[in-house]
Amino acid sequence: MSQSIRADFPILDRQAHGEPLVYLDSAATTQKPQAVIDAVSGYYETMNANVHRAAHALADEATQAFEAAREKVRAFINAPTREQVIFTRGTTESINLVANALSQRLSPGDEILITRLEHHSNIVPWQMLAQRSGATLVACDITDNGDIDLEDFARRLNDKTRVVAINHVSNALGTVNPVETLIGQAHAVGAVVLIDGAQASAHLPLDMVSLDCDFYAFSSHKMFGPTGIGVLYGKRDLLEALPPWQGGGEMIEHVTMEHTTYNVLPYKFEAGTPNISGAVGLGAAVDYLTSIPQADLVAQEDRLVQLAVSELKQMPGVRLVGEPERRLSVISFLVDGAHPNDIGTLMDRQGIAVRTGHHCTMPLMERLGTPGTVRASFSLYNSQDDVDRFVAGIRKAQSFV
Amino acid sequence: MTEGITELDAIRESFEFFDAWEDKYRFVIDLGKDLPSLPDHQRVEDNLVRGCQSQVWLVVGDGPDGSLQLSIDSDAHIVRGLIAIVLAAFDGRTPEDILGFDIEALFAELDLLSHLSQTRGNGLRAMVARIRSVAEARLASSDRG
Repeated sequence: MSQSIRADFPILDRQAHGEPLVYLDSAATTQKPQAVIDAVSGYYETMNANVHRAAHALADEATQAFEAAREKVRAFINAPTREQVIFTRGTTESINLVANALSQRLSPGDEILITRLEHHSNIVPWQMLAQRSGATLVACDITDNGDIDLEDFARRLNDKTRVVAINHVSNALGTVNPVETLIGQAHAVGAVVLIDGAQASAHLPLDMVSLDCDFYAFSSHKMFGPTGIGVLYGKRDLLEALPPWQGGGEMIEHVTMEHTTYNVLPYKFEAGTPNISGAVGLGAAVDYLTSIPQADLVAQEDRLVQLAVSELKQMPGVRLVGEPERRLSVISFLVDGAHPNDIGTLMDRQGIAVRTGHHCTMPLMERLGTPGTVRASFSLYNSQDDVDRFVAGIRKAQSFV
Repeated sequence: MTEGITELDAIRESFEFFDAWEDKYRFVIDLGKDLPSLPDHQRVEDNLVRGCQSQVWLVVGDGPDGSLQLSIDSDAHIVRGLIAIVLAAFDGRTPEDILGFDIEALFAELDLLSHLSQTRGNGLRAMVARIRSVAEARLASSDRG
């Protein structure tokens, strides 16, 4: 299974510093299968035109391909309608869109509840919303293992809480959060819930109907699609009620010098020419992901991650950072006597790509008492050999310091 | 010939003997281990050059004859070694010498240029920029004087 999947990703054949590449940075961005690369170049080779505008053959084909991609995403996340799938630049823009559109709905005394586990992209837009609206940003604590402290979450949730924003899976520790429970609790106090799904969409089946969140944000490039495109899913009544964020072409129905009436969903939130080739590539990525039996995908990845975790636990001088109840794809660790940057550099020289630093989660690193970690993140194309080289690579790096 | 030139020449000469990356990085880490640490009272926010992955602390003082005396430290071993190379080029030099020295060319020659690049985010690039801007400021004020 994994051998055939690996062959779908041409970049994995290359070397880094003269060694066969071991790519363990998929939480930063995944590699792209040939099918996605072909879809993007095929779009430019055969049908490039602007969408929803001109009445000619290319524009019709481009529009059809663009809207077909939207339908693929809709089916992939089980959203009720295609109008609820808004194309953005990525998770960050999706969150900023919601934070901006909610500006008029919040006032001093209201609270926005996030957690210590969030990526900066699910902190800073809410800080900015708090500054604009006078609302207060509240952060729920985590346990030392790296799980959301559920008691603290329940304590901080109250009838002043207007917005709750939580990640589905932590990019720094791999924690899978019990979002179903948290969404239910947040709705009980009348809060609107946004889930940052950047680290989930390549790994977990997504079902917007059963999840019942108000907004869900994710990025194409972390699920085998191109960079520069992502998705905001939203509940229909909320999307209808919220004002547009950016103004421009595409999002309008009628414009005079005095007044503009806005286009219908989803176009109301898609000002300007969209990333058409990106959407087509994302559609191909969704096709690719859904062609792999979900059970195979999860089992293979989980087996490798668990194997790597148990190897690391046995290594003297290696300390795991975060041991969440349920872990997905990501392992963060430290090596005694070495800075994460040293380990990352020495792994890189061996052809092993890991990420080092604070992983855009500085408040989380502060809570854990470390300036950063070394992070290995796995995807469906990783192999047993990658785990072996990863473990051997850490041993070798240890011998330097 | 000042001591700095000798030190830099010694580093250059050592690098010529390294065939394997392992030897080179062991040498860089050893350079870092020999680098004196900054005392705690100087490892403070004011002296911090923030990197995304590691941090650098930089203190610029005045040496004899208008030269700059540099004390630099980092929390990462390899970065400390790279700092030792930067110090060999810059420490105890006049602002003119510092601004006239092509540090990128030196790192390219030692095949370490990627460590000075933006993506590394190790604070080195920002540190070099800060040393140069101090040198420029000193030069400007001595011109006025």
